[in-house]
Amino acid sequence: MRRLLTLALIAFSAPALAQEVTTYSLDNGMDVVVIEDHRAPVVVHMVWYKVGSADEPVGASGVAHFLEHLLFKATDVLESGEFSAIVAANGGSDNAFTSHDYTAYFQRIAADRLELMMQMESNRMNNLAITEADIETERNVVLEERNQRTENSAGALAREQFVAAQYQNHRYGVPVIGWKHEMEQLSLQDALDFYDLYYSPNNAILVVAGDVAPDEVKALAEQYYGVIPAEENLPERIRPQEPPQRAERRITYTDPRVSQPYLTRSYIAPERDSGAQKEAAALVYLADLLGGSPFSSALGQALQFETQTAVYAGASYNGASLDDSTFAVSVAPSEGVSLSDAEAAMDAAIAAFLAAPIDQDQMESLRTQLRASEVFAKDNVQGIARRYGRALTQGLTIQDVQDWPRILQDVTEADIKAVAAKVLDRNQAVTGWVVANPEEAR
Amino acid sequence: MFRYILTICAVVAGTSALAEVEIQQITSAGGINAWVVEEPSIPFTALEIRMRGGASLDVAGKRGAVNLMTALIEEGSGDMDAQAFQKRLEALAASLSFRVSDDIMSISAQFLTENQDEVLALLRQALTQPRFDQDAIDRVRGQIISGIAGDAKSPNRIASAFFDGAAFEGHPYATPIDGTADSVGALTQDDMFEAHRNTLTRDQIYVSAVGDISADALGPLLDELLGGLPAKGPPAIADVDFSLAGGVTVIPFDTPQSVALFGHSGIERDDDDFFAAYILNSILGGSGFESRLMNEVREKRGLTYGIASYLVPKFHTEMWIGQVASGNETIAEAIAVTRDVWSDLAANGVTAEELAVTKTYLTGEYPLRFDGNAKIAGIMVGMQMIGLPPEYVINRNDYIEAVTLDDVKRVAAELLRPDDLHFVVVGQPVGLETTD
Repeated sequence: MRRLLTLALIAFSAPALAQEVTTYSLDNGMDVVVIEDHRAPVVVHMVWYKVGSADEPVGASGVAHFLEHLLFKATDVLESGEFSAIVAANGGSDNAFTSHDYTAYFQRIAADRLELMMQMESNRMNNLAITEADIETERNVVLEERNQRTENSAGALAREQFVAAQYQNHRYGVPVIGWKHEMEQLSLQDALDFYDLYYSPNNAILVVAGDVAPDEVKALAEQYYGVIPAEENLPERIRPQEPPQRAERRITYTDPRVSQPYLTRSYIAPERDSGAQKEAAALVYLADLLGGSPFSSALGQALQFETQTAVYAGASYNGASLDDSTFAVSVAPSEGVSLSDAEAAMDAAIAAFLAAPIDQDQMESLRTQLRASEVFAKDNVQGIARRYGRALTQGLTIQDVQDWPRILQDVTEADIKAVAAKVLDRNQAVTGWVVANPEEAR
Repeated sequence: MFRYILTICAVVAGTSALAEVEIQQITSAGGINAWVVEEPSIPFTALEIRMRGGASLDVAGKRGAVNLMTALIEEGSGDMDAQAFQKRLEALAASLSFRVSDDIMSISAQFLTENQDEVLALLRQALTQPRFDQDAIDRVRGQIISGIAGDAKSPNRIASAFFDGAAFEGHPYATPIDGTADSVGALTQDDMFEAHRNTLTRDQIYVSAVGDISADALGPLLDELLGGLPAKGPPAIADVDFSLAGGVTVIPFDTPQSVALFGHSGIERDDDDFFAAYILNSILGGSGFESRLMNEVREKRGLTYGIASYLVPKFHTEMWIGQVASGNETIAEAIAVTRDVWSDLAANGVTAEELAVTKTYLTGEYPLRFDGNAKIAGIMVGMQMIGLPPEYVINRNDYIEAVTLDDVKRVAAELLRPDDLHFVVVGQPVGLETTD
């Protein structure tokens, strides 16, 4: 087994500051974020690439995620599987994840092994040595992953259909894992083309969180990542956007594996934009007020307490997105209640919410919960690291991340009413019914 | 109040990094034991309470009562109905969770320092003055019955229901804790009070607290919080042997990927060979990408996205199980390879290099677990439940290091019995049939 160079281990002596965040850029354009947490001798080392499945070439859906798998194969100095084996042999764990907007790799390990992680992660940014044999086996693995996550799940297949109907021009309509017929055709060349273009320091963000000192991280980052040349042909990140939606879209997904019929309505909604996060913040409140807690939200009260229309009613919104996001409501009707009646009751509850003033006690309660969630979040430094990685790959800045809690606190009733009026429009939404058989679709 | 302090330094193998956890062990005036770690740098506390007994204490004919009761603890108490209680909790921005499994009732609380007294008063009310209003019973019952219907169409749930039913026939472990639509449908308010009396009792309590709280303050808080519970619960349920013989059971289900749940009997947590078995399982099918099963079934052959094996020492039985999912056309091969891996380890044990690498991983990974208040609280209460002392945190890596190649070989030969493996396969597997 070939090994990397042996390392001189550095013993970090960091000041006892809780979760200071330090940022800088390397000369080749790679951004670095260091989050200090000295409560335990642990470090999380992450590299985030500003490329995800929505950046894939047409016809090669799934290649971003497929490439993520292939990064654990051989490089010029590491054998296939050796990366993870070395991490494990040092008491650490590693993995990776892909979304529409980013691909990220991470290790969690004793803080004094950071240099080894940087050495290996920087090595696989440019020196992957994958073969046709890797492609064949790993393609079967990702097809089984699709089987497990999607093909075996009626709910996941339904969601895939609804999202495809929602985004007709934007690549968010294509599943991250890929369409099965395109995944089956993914080639070595597809993977390498994507890798050569996008896996570059000027398209990457390094996030290091834990028991580390920023100046020492900087020195290591310069040594390992700073020497990799920038990709000159990196394209500007412009993706086809959605045209205005002018008509309501409705889909019924039928699958005998469905046990509980339900409906979802997903509206196109603004995402958090750099320097302009106010609407997104108001949507966070709207989701909570409309369908957060079943006990106090508008949908919960109307459909689960005042009437027994539903066994579940809720709303959700995810503001973390590079392009247009969605705001969704869903209802699972009680035994004996039809989907039509459940949908009518849902629409009535939404209309009543829009017509009434917002309960100020509830607004205050939500503000307190959001403030508390910031305190609880500090207990999980890996979660904080992910927050920065996501934001920086989705068009936000460090400043935006740090402003977000305050922007959330400043949301007013008028902000929520305005964004609700703008977003909750059935002509900009997909309404999906999920049933076991045609008789349930009534 | 009896009290002493332990300072624990877990050393990361081969480096100078130290994980330092100062565990204080207290006994309240009312006799409740608890472990505390004072960590005031973030102004909140994670409190973990466990009670032994759990859903296995369901009385005959009332399967699902403890599970429904547990879901109702947060649905009204004292002079508050469900909505009044939850709105108060939301205003205090605390998180309370009540969960139950076969043998354990788990109560988890996280609260800001500024709201500590009010949250604990609310938690006390929920634990000692539940209402079990009929409208709350009916509403939550509807949610649970919807979930039971979902389980009947979930390949993984279908597999585990058959596996448990066949392995533990006649014992509480044989049936899902949710109960059936019929058994849950018949439960009454009286059943809820009975389940509450049986499962939330002071003789079964374990407590840990980590965060912005002092050991001195915790004792009186716990007496106030838990002192109102009954002193004693019903006797523990009987032990049970794993009684599913080797073979294959195919349960037809129209879905593209078959799921397989497999296993045979295992090893008790306090057995002298537990650490040898733990290392062996890590090599066989532990987490991460390095296990033999992951290597043979996924990395080399691309037959699955994931395969893993688990030692499951429960309070009243022990098993060694695993799980894999593969397309209907390839599941037979995945199972054949799994059997081969199992047989090879049973016959030949592990290599010296595998043992060395696994020890380095396990000993290096252990101190990394202690990196958050909520995590440390969870680890500490878990240790208490299986009778481990605080010093275990220091000694645990020595137990791992002490395991020899011969130990692993001997334990593999004794405990891994490929012919006893029973595979429950749900799907439309090609080339697999139910054995007699």
